[in-house]
Parts: sequence; C-alpha cells; structure tokens
Amino acid sequence: MVALFCSTVIRAPIDVVWPLLRDFNAHERWHPAVDRSDLEAGRQGDQVGSIRSFYLTSNEHLREQLLGLSDKDHQLRYTIVESDIPLSNYVAEISLKSISDVDQTLWCWRSRFDTPPGQEQALKKLVAENVYAAGFDAIRAHVEPLANRPSSSGILEPDQTPCIEPGPTAWQRKPAPFTINPFTVFKSASNSTGELEGYAVMMDKYGAADVLRRVPIKAPPPEPGQVRLRQTAIGLNFIDIYCRRGYFDLLSLPAVPGMEAAGVVESVGPGSTQFESGQRVAYACMPMGAYTSVRTMDTALMVPLPDHIDDITAAAGLLKGVSALYLMQQVHRVKSGETVLVYAPAGGVGRLLCQWARHIGATVIGVTSSKEKRRIAKAAGAQHVILPGKKSLPEQVNVLTDGRGVDVVYDAVGRDSFDDSLRALAIGGHLVSYGQASGDIGSKDISPLAEKSVTLSRPNFVHYTDTPDKMAALSGQLFDAIKQGVLTIETDQRYALSQVADAHRALENRETTGSSVLIPD
Amino acid sequence: MSQVFTSTVIPTTAEQLWAVVRDFNGLPDWHPVVASSCIEGDARADQIGCIRAFNLQDGGFIREKLLALSDYDYSCSYSILESPMGVENYIASFKLIPITDGNRCYAEWTAEFDCAEEAEAELIDTIGNKVFQAGFDALKERFKE
Repeated sequence: MVALFCSTVIRAPIDVVWPLLRDFNAHERWHPAVDRSDLEAGRQGDQVGSIRSFYLTSNEHLREQLLGLSDKDHQLRYTIVESDIPLSNYVAEISLKSISDVDQTLWCWRSRFDTPPGQEQALKKLVAENVYAAGFDAIRAHVEPLANRPSSSGILEPDQTPCIEPGPTAWQRKPAPFTINPFTVFKSASNSTGELEGYAVMMDKYGAADVLRRVPIKAPPPEPGQVRLRQTAIGLNFIDIYCRRGYFDLLSLPAVPGMEAAGVVESVGPGSTQFESGQRVAYACMPMGAYTSVRTMDTALMVPLPDHIDDITAAAGLLKGVSALYLMQQVHRVKSGETVLVYAPAGGVGRLLCQWARHIGATVIGVTSSKEKRRIAKAAGAQHVILPGKKSLPEQVNVLTDGRGVDVVYDAVGRDSFDDSLRALAIGGHLVSYGQASGDIGSKDISPLAEKSVTLSRPNFVHYTDTPDKMAALSGQLFDAIKQGVLTIETDQRYALSQVADAHRALENRETTGSSVLIPD
Repeated sequence: MSQVFTSTVIPTTAEQLWAVVRDFNGLPDWHPVVASSCIEGDARADQIGCIRAFNLQDGGFIREKLLALSDYDYSCSYSILESPMGVENYIASFKLIPITDGNRCYAEWTAEFDCAEEAEAELIDTIGNKVFQAGFDALKERFKE
C-alpha cells in the first residue's frame, strides 16, 4: 500500500477555492492533465455516488466515483473505479482548511493505493507531481492575484498562461504593456573617433547557453551605403540556438549571434539619402550579430518600419512572419480546402502558420506537447490539436482526416518527427521540413517517398530573403497582415539582452510560447 | 454552544513545531500570556488525563485536563476544569498539518464552550485573539528566519 500526502497554501480565501473543487466534474476545466470528463448517468457534480468518466491529455481513460462530499468540512473523497493507469484500491481525499489570520487556504490532497510490484515509487511520483502538484499550480494560477505570485526568475514578465478558462479570453491575456526604458537609448556614447560605445553578447566557443557573455563593443561610424543603429529590441530565434551549438556553421568565432532586431537609425553614411537619423527600422538577415545594443549595417538590409508596427513586434515578428509567409506562399502555396499539419503550433513561426492557413481557408491540425500549448494553438486557428498519446501521430491524423492524410506538413522538429510526417501525408502530399529542433535529420532513404508520390522541401530562409526586393515584398505583406489582424505577433517572453542565456535555456527547454525578445539593458 | 476557530501558517516543519507544542506542561516556554505551569500529582505531561495548573501573566489561574494526544496526527485536545473566564463545557483542540511544498506547516487551534449570552462576543475575541492568535504569533516569531 502506498500512502501519499501533498499539501500547499493557496493565497485566496477558502470560499473562493472550495467552489472550484467541490464540483466533481469541474476538473476538466482546471486540471491540466485532464482532457475531457463526463458524469455518467446524468448525475450531478455534487451528487455522492456519481461517477466521472474522463480522459487524460495523455489519452488514458479513468472512471472515478465520489464517495463523500462535505461543505461543512470542505472535504471530498473519491475512489478509482476503473483506470488505464495501474492503480488499485485507490481512495483519495481532498480537504481544505481556512488559514484564518491571513484569509488564505490550506489544501491537503491525500490518497492510498496499491500498484503492481516494483512500480510503487514511479506511480507515487506520477500521482504526486502530474496530478496533485499540477492541480495545485493550476488552481493557484486561477485564483491568486498575479501580484501575489512569487516570480521565478529575473526575466521581464513571461506570460503565465493559467490552466483554467473562466471566460474565452482569460488565457489569451497579453503581457502588461511594455515601455522601452528611455535610458537605454541614451546610454551608449560616441567617442572622439566617432565610434559608438555599447555592448554585445558574444560567444568564443560552441556549447551550452553559458558560452554567451556580455562584452563592451564599439560600432564604427557608417560608411557610404551604411547606417548605424541604436537597437531597441532583438528577436530570439531557434536558428540562434543552432548557431550557438555549432550545428550551423554561420559564425566564425569569436562572434555575436542573432539575426533579427529593431531600432532607431543613429547616423547614416555619407551620401545616403534612403534613411535618416531617427528613423525606425528593423532587419532579419545574415550576417549574424544582432545581440548588441549598437550596430553598423548595410542599408540594403534595412526594412523601414511603418508607424503601426512597434519595435518589439518588429523584432519578434519580422523573421518569423516572413518565414511563415514564404513557407505558405512560395514553398507550398496553401489553398482553401487543404488540410495542413503544423508542428509546434504554439511557437513563434508555428502560431503564424496556423493563423495564415486558417485565414486562407485551410483545415489546420496542430501537433504539440501540452494542454496549455494546445489552447494557444486553437486560439491561433488550429481546428484540431494532437497531443502525445497512446495512438501514434499518423494514426491520430488518420482519424481526423478519415484515412486520407494531410496535404502538407510544416515540420520544424526534424529528426524525431520526419518519419511520422511522411506517414501522415495524403497521396501527393508535401513535406516542408524547415527546421530540426529535435536534432539533425541525418541521411534518409528517398525511396519511400514514391509510396505516396511525396514532395519534400528543405527551404532555407536566406534564399527567400537575400535581395532587398524579396525582403520588401514579404515584409510589406507581413505588415499589412498584422495591420488587418490576420497575423498577430505574440511576444510572450521578454528578457534583458544581458540575460540572453536564460532566454536560450527557456526556448531549448520548450518552456516558451510565441516569440521571445531581448531588450538592451 | 460557542465556537472559536483560529489557524495560521508557521515557518517551520510540523515535526519541529510539534516538538515544542506537544509538551502539555510547556506553555510558559512559548506562550506569552502564561507565566508558570505544573502538572498535578505524579502524572507525566503526555499522560492522557493529566492536569496542568498554570498562572497567567495577569495573575489568572487555570486548570486544564489533557483529553487526547496524538503524535501521529500532531494533535491534542483538552478541557478546562477551573478558570476565571466564565466558560463551561470548554473543550479545545490544537492540530498541525504539514505543508509539503515548503518549510512550513499549518496550525489550528479551536474551542467549543458554553457561556452567558452577553459575554459570548468578548470571550470569542479573548480566546481567539489574545490566547490562540497570540500564541501563534509567538511561534511565528520564534521560527522566523
């Protein structure tokens, strides 16, 4: 017999917490591990004896029966009647106590159960972490005022997506308005030789995020055909991580990574009439070197920013937005009525792919890893979202498409997804493999492509954006789409530029949603 | 029947807090309103049925009987045999509950009693705030970092 006891303090009055917990079927609304739940035989959520039949996001099915409910003691007990997870003789109790001197709530969750021999510790850990602790956090996110929650790190304010949706917009909450510190703009100083002092984040070897370090730098005065920028926001992209790890050979060390930023023109090179001091611009291009507060660059690389695109949106969205547009218009032209499979639909490019495909009139299926990300994907336009489960991805796609498969797959996962992506395609389908977040795809036998007459693309950002004309056309279209609300750039994470290593770790650990930006501090 | 319910969170583990508060004769060690205490007769302080006789800082004299003590539940109950408060059928319980996600625990002190109707409000305030909460505040101070 395993005995488990978990408890926590919820910083809200017991009268706020208890109504959420006493409804035996409400867990589908607040618990991140619960996908959907129904009460059997038309019974009520506070009816003792009622049975809730539910599926976890990992697809296991369980049936649990309410054994007792007490509003007087703020307590309920339930047992597992049937379970795909091997827990037997499971009886659990949830009880709340008022903490009277601060008007908060103690929440205790205890249980006893048997497991198959040898699985005691693993199942105890599973229940303690994935069920109880995850439930604590979800309720906490719902009822505690934001200001009361401890902040976990020095990052500027990640969007904490609550796991419960009291209204349709609650989990789409945007981060607090962000204003650029005016001191940032004036901190860099010009010296007597005309160089502009600032700082950059540099790496002198490939490796983990801690190879990134802050160094003082000087931006030279612009030559003819150049401008010098004071950067206000820098976009973080997965390609930065590929470069840091040495997977892409785009840097000669020591070097400053980064491909994308927005800022203000500080000065222009002699004879240049295209740009003027004070003008707002952005870029998303080679050469690397965007992780810096000041930078001198060729004017041909600059994209002028219209008034309705702020610096943060530009830095967060130019590379990803342009990528989404050429992927869906040039690499494969998505058409109304097509079915599109998008990996990482809650991520920076993925979210935009969902929005655009939905705008065109395609059916969008997202593939992601968590219930929170699924909700973001659905908000971005994915009609269906596949989570890891008992059934393989191709099997789940089969169910959703009546056995036909999808017309196109946008796959930035790479090694771990490549074979599944091929299997998910319809006859004549198109696999657009545009990233490798899980690792190098390696060598592949192309013979199986004939089984479905598959087209395979491996597009490279550079080839679609390497002239000012190409970039102007794509960026113009992007800015229009943002203005019309077709595409929205969500900057869910903001970090100080000097904290970029934290930003890299969060992106690598799949902790982020939408876009991340770095602010020179 | 009147009731008092007071609870708090103390910044130490239930085990460490229990080591302080389980001593039925230990009130002067941690409770600010208690001046001195002794166990009557030959009994020990963790013997069920033992009686503690103690003097308050303001001179009041109280005798209480230990009704229940559980190291497993971190709980105890006691009744008042003699006091200047004007209560009858007074039974109080003290209980700790561990909080597993931090170095802290929940503490609860409750009482039920009968009294004259006109005295009830003041008694609830005295017991809840000047006795129970004052004891909690002293424990919080004792274990604060």
